[in-house]
Amino acid sequence: MRLSGCLRAVVFSAALALALPAVAQDLVIGLSTPVTSLDPHFHNLSPNNNVADHMFDKLVHKDAKEQLKPGLAESWKAIDDTTWEFRLRKGVKWHDGTDFTADDVLATLKRIPTVPNSPASFATYTRPIKEAIAVDKATLRFKTERPHPLMPNDLVAIRIVQKKFAESAKTEDFNAGRALVGTGAYKFKEYVAGDRVVLERNDAFWGGKPAWKTVRMRMITSAPARVAALLAGDVQMIEAVPTADIAQLTKDSRVSVASAVSNRVIYLHLDSDRDKTPFVTDKAGKPLEKNPLKDARVRKAISLAIDRAAIASRIMEGQAQPAGQLLPDGFPGTSKTLTAPKIDQDAARKLLAEAGYPNGFAITLHTPNNRYINDEKAAQAVAQFLTRAGIDTKLEAMPSAVFFSRAGKLEFSFFLAGWGAETGETSSPLRALIATFNSQTGMGTANRGRFSDAGVDALLTVAMTNIDDTKRNLMLAAASDKAIGELQAIVPLHYEVSSWALRKGLTYTGRADQYTYAFEVRPGQPVDTARR
Amino acid sequence: MTVYILRRLAQTLLVLFVTALLVFFGLFLVGDPVEILVNPVADETERARASAALGLDKPIYEQFFIFLKNAITGNLGTSFVFGRSALEVIIERMPATLELAFLAMVIAVSLGVPLGIYAGLRPDSIAAKAIMAASILGFSLPTFWVGLLLILVFAVQLGWLPSTGRGPTVDVFGLQLSIVHWEGLKYALLPAINLALFKLSLIIRLARAQTREQVLLDYVKFARAKGLSKARVIGVHLLKNILIPLVTVIGLELGSVIAFAVVTETIFAWPGMGKLVIDSIFQLDRPVVVAYLLIVVFMFILINLAVDLLYSALDPRVRLAEAK
Amino acid sequence: MSTMEIPLSPALPQQAKGESRFLRFAREFAASHIAVFGLAMLAVVIVVALAAPWIAPQNPYDLGKLDLLDARLPPGEKAGSGNMTYLLGTDGQGRDMLSAIMYGLRVSLMVGVASGAIALTLGAALGVLAAYLGGRFEQVLMRIVDIQLGFPAILVALILLAVLGKGVDKIIIALVTVQWAYYARTARSAALVERNKDYIEAARGLGLSARRIVLRHLLPNSLPPLIVVATVQVAHAIALEATLSFLGLGLPATEPSLGLLIANGYEYMLSGKYWISVYPGVALLATILAINLVGDQLRDVLNPRLAR
Repeated sequence: MRLSGCLRAVVFSAALALALPAVAQDLVIGLSTPVTSLDPHFHNLSPNNNVADHMFDKLVHKDAKEQLKPGLAESWKAIDDTTWEFRLRKGVKWHDGTDFTADDVLATLKRIPTVPNSPASFATYTRPIKEAIAVDKATLRFKTERPHPLMPNDLVAIRIVQKKFAESAKTEDFNAGRALVGTGAYKFKEYVAGDRVVLERNDAFWGGKPAWKTVRMRMITSAPARVAALLAGDVQMIEAVPTADIAQLTKDSRVSVASAVSNRVIYLHLDSDRDKTPFVTDKAGKPLEKNPLKDARVRKAISLAIDRAAIASRIMEGQAQPAGQLLPDGFPGTSKTLTAPKIDQDAARKLLAEAGYPNGFAITLHTPNNRYINDEKAAQAVAQFLTRAGIDTKLEAMPSAVFFSRAGKLEFSFFLAGWGAETGETSSPLRALIATFNSQTGMGTANRGRFSDAGVDALLTVAMTNIDDTKRNLMLAAASDKAIGELQAIVPLHYEVSSWALRKGLTYTGRADQYTYAFEVRPGQPVDTARR
Repeated sequence: MTVYILRRLAQTLLVLFVTALLVFFGLFLVGDPVEILVNPVADETERARASAALGLDKPIYEQFFIFLKNAITGNLGTSFVFGRSALEVIIERMPATLELAFLAMVIAVSLGVPLGIYAGLRPDSIAAKAIMAASILGFSLPTFWVGLLLILVFAVQLGWLPSTGRGPTVDVFGLQLSIVHWEGLKYALLPAINLALFKLSLIIRLARAQTREQVLLDYVKFARAKGLSKARVIGVHLLKNILIPLVTVIGLELGSVIAFAVVTETIFAWPGMGKLVIDSIFQLDRPVVVAYLLIVVFMFILINLAVDLLYSALDPRVRLAEAK
Repeated sequence: MSTMEIPLSPALPQQAKGESRFLRFAREFAASHIAVFGLAMLAVVIVVALAAPWIAPQNPYDLGKLDLLDARLPPGEKAGSGNMTYLLGTDGQGRDMLSAIMYGLRVSLMVGVASGAIALTLGAALGVLAAYLGGRFEQVLMRIVDIQLGFPAILVALILLAVLGKGVDKIIIALVTVQWAYYARTARSAALVERNKDYIEAARGLGLSARRIVLRHLLPNSLPPLIVVATVQVAHAIALEATLSFLGLGLPATEPSLGLLIANGYEYMLSGKYWISVYPGVALLATILAINLVGDQLRDVLNPRLAR
C-alpha cells in the first residue's frame, strides 16, 4: 500500500544516510596550474575556466567526449545560414535566488569585449555575433555576418553572469567574490591567491543536487608533490598525473587512475615555405642548395622514421595515443582512412634517396621544455629516430617563454608543438596550423611553417560555411586526407592522454578537454580518509 | 653616522633605477609576453588588442619612461597575468614568504651557532666530527631533491606532518600569519627545514672555523686568567668576535632565503612571493618581476645597511668609510 | 703551550730537521685519516671524470647509439640489442646510468669548480680592494653587490639563455654572475676587520705600496672565512646548476650534467624506479663529501692562525 511504501522509502533513505560517513561530503582536489583570476571573462586560461565552470554555466555544455549537450540552452538550431536560435531552460535560478533570463545572456555578451587589460580575451568568440536579440524571456537569436556553423561550440567558452554584475562589476569584484553569483553547481566561498579556491554546494542547482558539500581546489604545481599529497591523503584527487608515476599508482591499492584521450595533438612543424631555412644543412655543416623540407617526400620520410608506438609506451608510459591526423578517431571531422604510421626506416631512407638526399642531411629540432607533457623527452626520442634514419638531428630545448616568441618570429626550421582543438572538431587545427596564413581573415594563426596549399584552403573554406554537420565533417575529413595523408603538411606524433588519480572509492570519467570537474566526481563507496 | 645612513639611502634610489632598467631590458630580450599569454586561436586583431591593452605596442624606451613616471607615484604597473596592481599581488603573498624565511633562519641560527661553536671547541671529539659530516650532507644535495625526500618520509610514510600547502592563518596586527599557532606551524615545518638546511650547514662550518681561531688568541687566555667563567668567556667574548663574518653571511642568507625560496615554495605549494615570481618570470609578466626585484633589492640594501651598522657595534676596530 | 680548561687542538707535529716544506705539509695533512680517505675518493672522482670518454661503457651523448626501447631498465639488465649490460640501469631516454653519471660528473665538476674559482677570485679581489680603498669605489661596488644579490639566479639564467643560448660556457657565466657578489661582500667584511689592525698600520708606516699591502697582507688574512664559503660554494654551484636544469634553464638535455640527471631523477622518486634518482644523488654526495673532507683539512693545515 502507498503508506507503507512511503514509510519503507523513508526508512531506507534514513539507513542509507546513516551508513555513509559525513566525511564523504568534502572533496579536496590538487590542481596542476594556478588560477590567476576568478573573473570568467578576463583571461582565457584553462585553470580559470575550470574553476569558473563550477560556479557559472554556459548556454551549451560539453560532455566528456567533447560532444555538445544542453546547458542553459535546452535546444538550438540554425534557422537560416546566418541566424541561430537558442531556447533557454526555464526555472533556472541564480545563486541569490533571482530568475535567469535572456537579458542576462545579452548583458554577458556585451561585457566580454569591454573587459580591460585582458591578456587573452574571450572576444574571439563573440565577434562573429553581429546582432543578439531576445525574442522573449526564454529565446535568443544570434545573427552572424557569414555562416557560422560552430556557433554552439563557441558558446561553450562563454560563462553567463548576472545582468547587474555584467553591467557594473569590474574584475576586482569578481576576484573578491562579490560578483561571483552564478547558476552553477557550486557557490563561491573563499579564494586565497596562489593557494586555493573553496566552493560550497548549490542545493538549488538545476542539474540536481551536486555530490559534494564543499570542494577545495588546491594549487600544487610540482607534479611529484601533487602525487605525494594524494598518497598522504591530503587531497583526494589530482589532475595531470606525471607519466613516470602512472605505473606505480595503478598498482597502489590506495588510489585508482582515470585516463582519457584529449583533444591535443603533439606534432612536428616544418618550414615548408622558405627556400633557405636556417637550421638545415648537410652533414658537414654546409648549407644546402635548396630546403629539403619543401619536398613532401622528405616530410613523409621524417614521419615514417619515427616509432610513435615506442614513444607512446616508453616516453609517455602509455599516456599517449600514436597519431596519424589532427584529432583522435571518432572526433567530428576526422578521416576514416588516416592511421598512425608504423615505423619504417627503410621506406624513409628510400624516400629521402628519391628526393635527392641519399646520405640524409643535418637538422636542428627545437622544442619547448615546460609546455606539454614530456615535450622535451619526446623531442629527444624523435631526434634519436631521425638520426638513425640518416638525418643527423640536434636538439635545442628552451622554456616556452623563449620558445614561442622565437617560433612566432619564424626563427625555426623544425620544431615540436601541440594544438588543443577547443571546438572538439578538426576545423580548429586545420584553420590554425595548415591553412595559408592570412592576418586579415585570421587563418593560419599558428601556421609557423607557413605551409600553403590552395586545394586544402578551398576545401576548408567551403566546409566552414556549411551549416550541415554531416556534410561539413566529410569535407573536413577530405581536407585532412589531403593535408596530412598526401602532403604531410605537419607530422602528427601523438594525442596526449590526460590522467587523473583518485583515492579508492571515487570515480571520474576523464574528459577530452582536460578539465577537472568536481561535480563529475562520483563517490563509489565511502571514502577512505587515510589517517587524518 | 646619520650622514652615513642618509648617504646610503640616497644611493638606494640610484640602485633601484638601475635594477628596473636591467629587468625591463632583460625581459625584453627574452621574449614577447603577448605570444605566451594570448590564446593561440587569436587572430591579428585580437593580438593587437592584447598588445595595446598591456601597453606593449609602444617602443621599449617609451614603456620604461611610462613605468618611471608611474613609479614615482607608487604605481609599479599592472600585472599582465592578473590584471591587478603588481605591487598588490606581491604584497598579498609577502607574509607567507617572510614567515617561512623567518622560521628557516631561526632554525638555522639557533641550531647552527651553538653546534658550530661546540665543534670548534672540541674539534677532535666524535660529536664534532659527526656534526661536520652532517653539515656536509646539508649542502650537498639540491633543495628540490631533499624537499621531496622530506615529504616522502614525514608526510607519506610517517604521516606526521602535512605534505604541502600553508596552514590556516590568524590575523596578527593586520598581517595574515600561520606560524603563530600549531595548526599553521605544522604546515610550515617541512618547508622551513628544507630551506634552512643549506644555511644551517654554512653557519655551523663558519662558526666552527671562527671558534677554532679565536680560542687560541690571547684575549681568551687573559679572560680565563682573570677568572671569568667558561660560559661567560664563550658566550660573551668569544661569541662577539666570531660574529662579524657570521653576521655578514647570516645577512646575506636572510636575503637569499627570501629571494630564492622559489624552489621550496614550488615543491611544498607554499603560496609565497618566490613561487609567484618564478611563474611570472616564465610568463614574462614584467610588471610583477620588476616590482618584485625592486622590493627584493631594496630589502638587500636595508639588510646590508643594518649589517654594516652592526659591524661597528660588534667590533670597535671597524670604522666605516664615512667615519674616516 | 700552556694548559687551559678550554681545550685546544693537540699540538701539531713540529718541523723535523731538514724536512722540505712540502713534505711537512703532506705529513700534517695525512694526520687526519678521514682527510686521506677523502683525498682518495676525490682522486677516484677526478680520474673517472677525466677518463670518462675512455672508460665509460657507452657514450650517452651520441643520440644515434641510444635505444629508446631500453628505457628505464633496472640495474643488471641487458640491452635489447644484446651488446652491453646496464650495470646501473637506464634512464628515461635509454641512457646507461653508469656512463651518464661518469660523463655528468665531468661536466658538473668543471662547471662547479670553474664558476666557483672565477667567482671567488673576482669577488675576493673586488671585496678586499673595496675595504682597503674605501670611499667612492667601495660605495659603488657595494651598491652593485646589492643589485646583484637581489637578482634571482633564475632570471639571470633565463636572460642569458635567451640571448646566448645554452651551453657549458653560458652556464658558467650565469653561475659566476650569481656568485661573485656573495664572495665580494664576505671578503669586504673580513678585510674591514683586518684593515684596522696593527700589522696593516705597521705596513703602511713602513711605506709599503698599496698593491703590496693588499696582495701580500690584507688578502691572505681575509681568506679564512672565504675558504669556508668557497668549499661550500662549489657544492652550491653544482646544486644551483641542478636547480636551473630542473627548471629547464641548464645544460642541453642531450648532454646531461650530474645536476640534470638528478633533476630528471626527481620525477621518478615516487615511481619505484629508484636507480634513476638515487645513483646520481649518491655520486653527487660522494663528490661533495670528498671535496669538503679534503678542503677542511687543507684549510686547517694552511691557516696561519691555528697554532703550531
